[in-house]
Amino acid sequence: MSKRSATVYWTGFAIILALLIVAPLVLPEFWRRFVTEILIWGLLAMSSDILIGYTGMVSFGHSAFFGLGMYGAAAALLMVRPPNLWLAIVYGLIGSAAIGLFVAYFSTRLRDIYFAITTLIFSQIFYVIIFTWTEVTGGENGLSFRRPPLAIPGLFSAPFTAETLHWFVLAVVTASYLILRRITQSPFGMVLQSIRENEPRTRAIGYAVERYKIVAVMLSALFAGLAGVLYAVQNRFAAPDFVYFLVSGETVIFNVMGGIGTLVGPIVGAGFFLLLREAFSRFFTEYYLIPVGIIFIAMVIFMPQGLLGFMRRWLNR
Amino acid sequence: MGIEQILAAIPWETIIIQTVNGIVTGMILALIASGLTLIFGIMDVVNFAHGELFMLGAYIGVVVITTSGSFWLALVIATLVVALLGAALQITTLRPLLGRDPLTTILATFGISLVLQNYALWQFGPVARKIQEPFTGYFTLFYLEYPWYRLLIAALSAAIIGAFWLFLKYGKYGVWIRATTQDRVMAQAMGIPVPWVHTGAFAIGAGMAAASGVLFGPLVGVNHAMGLDWILKAFIVVVVGGMGSLGGSIAASIFISLLEAYASIWVSPAQEGIVSFVVLILTLLFRPTGLFVPTPK
Repeated sequence: MSKRSATVYWTGFAIILALLIVAPLVLPEFWRRFVTEILIWGLLAMSSDILIGYTGMVSFGHSAFFGLGMYGAAAALLMVRPPNLWLAIVYGLIGSAAIGLFVAYFSTRLRDIYFAITTLIFSQIFYVIIFTWTEVTGGENGLSFRRPPLAIPGLFSAPFTAETLHWFVLAVVTASYLILRRITQSPFGMVLQSIRENEPRTRAIGYAVERYKIVAVMLSALFAGLAGVLYAVQNRFAAPDFVYFLVSGETVIFNVMGGIGTLVGPIVGAGFFLLLREAFSRFFTEYYLIPVGIIFIAMVIFMPQGLLGFMRRWLNR
Repeated sequence: MGIEQILAAIPWETIIIQTVNGIVTGMILALIASGLTLIFGIMDVVNFAHGELFMLGAYIGVVVITTSGSFWLALVIATLVVALLGAALQITTLRPLLGRDPLTTILATFGISLVLQNYALWQFGPVARKIQEPFTGYFTLFYLEYPWYRLLIAALSAAIIGAFWLFLKYGKYGVWIRATTQDRVMAQAMGIPVPWVHTGAFAIGAGMAAASGVLFGPLVGVNHAMGLDWILKAFIVVVVGGMGSLGGSIAASIFISLLEAYASIWVSPAQEGIVSFVVLILTLLFRPTGLFVPTPK
């Protein structure tokens, strides 16, 4: 990256970050919550972008990772007294990583469309298990719990307010973005991108493609699980609805709308989708997916690069 | 425990009933999956909206039956209407995507499925509708009673699949479809109107999905979310049966439906889907090219 371009990039990054830090102080209650939610869904979409945008594998099963993150957090918050935020994150990550390993081991044997279908089937099976295993998961009603305090052991402990929750989410999402950006630019990320561009050739050069794919899926699952933990902490419940395949579908929609292979694009896509939903819900109530679906189809046909696709090269330098 | 006690413990009557049930469901599934396989084989499109076409077929069946009272008229009209709708969808959304990454088509058809599903919810509401069976007789198998209608479904599905197979084998347009499946560019060079063959194949697949929707309607309630269950099963069938192989998907449909039918003797209906999941995992582990196709060289 040339020096000037780097300056522009980091200036832009700082300005957007500053705006997001100030946001909860100036926005009314509804929109504050809205922005926090965009960040959480954006993190989920960003985790999926590692697969869709960088490795060329479309996952239709991210709801499983997201949901397991939620249920992992729920397990920590319900079983361990007093509830601990960091333990919730650890449990959520363990849950999503376990599922991630399982899904990755089987689904990476298949390519392209079959990968998409298999991840979809896997997530749906987890949905059935969670939905029917009422004694452990609470079944259809899910689990509800109290929000843990924001605490650093030995230093301080304070209950979450709307502002601190937003800042906490923002910090996690920003850190995740920087980590993921670093990963995609590392030699590992380069191998993933070469798998996307030409898989047989990557294999011929001597990379163990399957192993890279498994690690990519697991990495993606970890960050999706992190998003699930954040969502659980924000909403104080875990429900089977979030393991349902519709969430996976929305994740893919976020990616395509925002622009795959950009990392920030999926966050923008999530924001765009939630805004569309908000706008159309006023006229179409719960049928908002009819106009949003039509817009999505039109974008797939006429705007395959998504909203930020034009910046893709620049953002990845 | 002696062998006689084990034999006596097996619920033979239930097993016979479940065998017939499994075959009936398997034939319906085969009808859906063969449309899916046709569309996939010919244009590399995984039709995510296939389950929604099945669901729309069932709804159109409900509407026609309540206005005209005739089940057979409903079957024909639903098939034709959904076939036309399929052609229109293919022309407007899939034709512009021809030649792009096949993954874009899964996105486009996913969008279509969202729109159709919510349209059905909006139009028909969340309450499940019921299709009246055209006749309600029972016949006696040994000493068990079984509804005629279920057997008729299996026979009709088999007839539709058989007619479809004959059409592919001998019909002029069937030959066009097979030629396009084998080599799109060469078929075009031979003067076959490839874009229209694609449209036609999509319409046929959509029509088959709608027909199975109407046929299966009487057995379960018709509601807006019924498509997803079936599309998932059909996807599993397509993977287990061998990608793009018509015979393979039919064999896999019956195989999986039989297993699920037997499983439902012991587990709850919600959990019997896990059986097909286990089959899928084993297939992926030991034979990722599919169970019912010859080993690729």
